[in-house]
Amino acid sequence: MTLTDRETWAALHGMIFGALFLLAFAGGFAGLYSLRPALVTPQGIIERTRRLIFGTWAMAFIAWATVISGSWIVYPWYRAAGATSPKSILIANVNTAQWHTFGMEWKEHIAWIAPILATTVALVVAYYGRDLVKNEGVRRVLMVVFTLAFACAAVAGLLGAFITKAAPVH
Amino acid sequence: MSTRFETSQTKPFGPAAAAFLAAGVGTFVLGVLTTWAEISADFGKAITYSKDVGPLSGKVILTSVVYVAALAVLGAVFWRRNPSPTIVYWTAGILVALGLILTFPPTWKLFGAG
Repeated sequence: MTLTDRETWAALHGMIFGALFLLAFAGGFAGLYSLRPALVTPQGIIERTRRLIFGTWAMAFIAWATVISGSWIVYPWYRAAGATSPKSILIANVNTAQWHTFGMEWKEHIAWIAPILATTVALVVAYYGRDLVKNEGVRRVLMVVFTLAFACAAVAGLLGAFITKAAPVH
Repeated sequence: MSTRFETSQTKPFGPAAAAFLAAGVGTFVLGVLTTWAEISADFGKAITYSKDVGPLSGKVILTSVVYVAALAVLGAVFWRRNPSPTIVYWTAGILVALGLILTFPPTWKLFGAG
C-alpha cells in the first residue's frame, strides 16, 4: 500500500486541499447566514466574527493552495508529451476524449475563479469585522459570492474526480 | 428610497466595493485570456510562460497579477468613499458572469475556436 510522488501530490491537491475547501463551505456559509442581530447575542457576535474571519481566510488560502498545486505540480504530469500521460490516454479514445476536451478544459479554468471569490469574501469579512452584522446587504451578497466560489470549486472537483477515475496520474 | 442592497453602513463601502469589483475584473480577465488563447494559437504560445504547464501558465499568472493590481488600484480609488452598492454589485456580477461564460468550453466555438 504505497503512493508514488505523483499520486501523493494528486491526492494532496484533490483529496486534501480541494476536499477541505468543499467541506468547510457549509460551516462558513452557516456562519455568514446566522450573523444577524436577532440570532446572536453581542458576546456571540464577537466570537462568531473572529471565527468567520479565521475561517474565510483559511478557506481562501486553501483555495489558492488547491489551484496552485493543481496547475503547477499535477497538471504538467497530466498533460505530459508521450502516449502514457492521462491526457494522451483520454484523447486517444473517442469514448473518453471529452473528459479532456470538455472536462479538463473547463476544470483547469473555472477552478481559478474559486480562490478569487473566496479571497473577496475573506477581505470583506475582515474589513467589516463585527460591523458586518449591521450590514445586511453586504452579508447577503457575501453569501452569494461564497456560494459561487463553492460552485466553481465543486465543478472543478467533480470533474477532477471523474477524470482521475478515467485516467489517473501515476 | 433605498434598494434592497442599501444598508446602514458603519464603515465606508469603498474598500468592500473594491474587493467585489476586483473579483469581477480578475474573473473577466481570466475568461478573456482563456477564450483568446483558444481562438489564437499564437496568443496561446505568447502566454506560455512555462513549457510544462502550457498556455494555462500565462492565463493564471496574468489573471493573478491583474486581480491584485485591481485590488490595489480600486482600493486606493474607493478608500473612504461610498459608491452605490447597487452599481457595484451589478458591475461585479456582470463581470463575473462574463468570466464564467468565457471559461466554458462550448463558448470558445462561438468565437471560432477549433
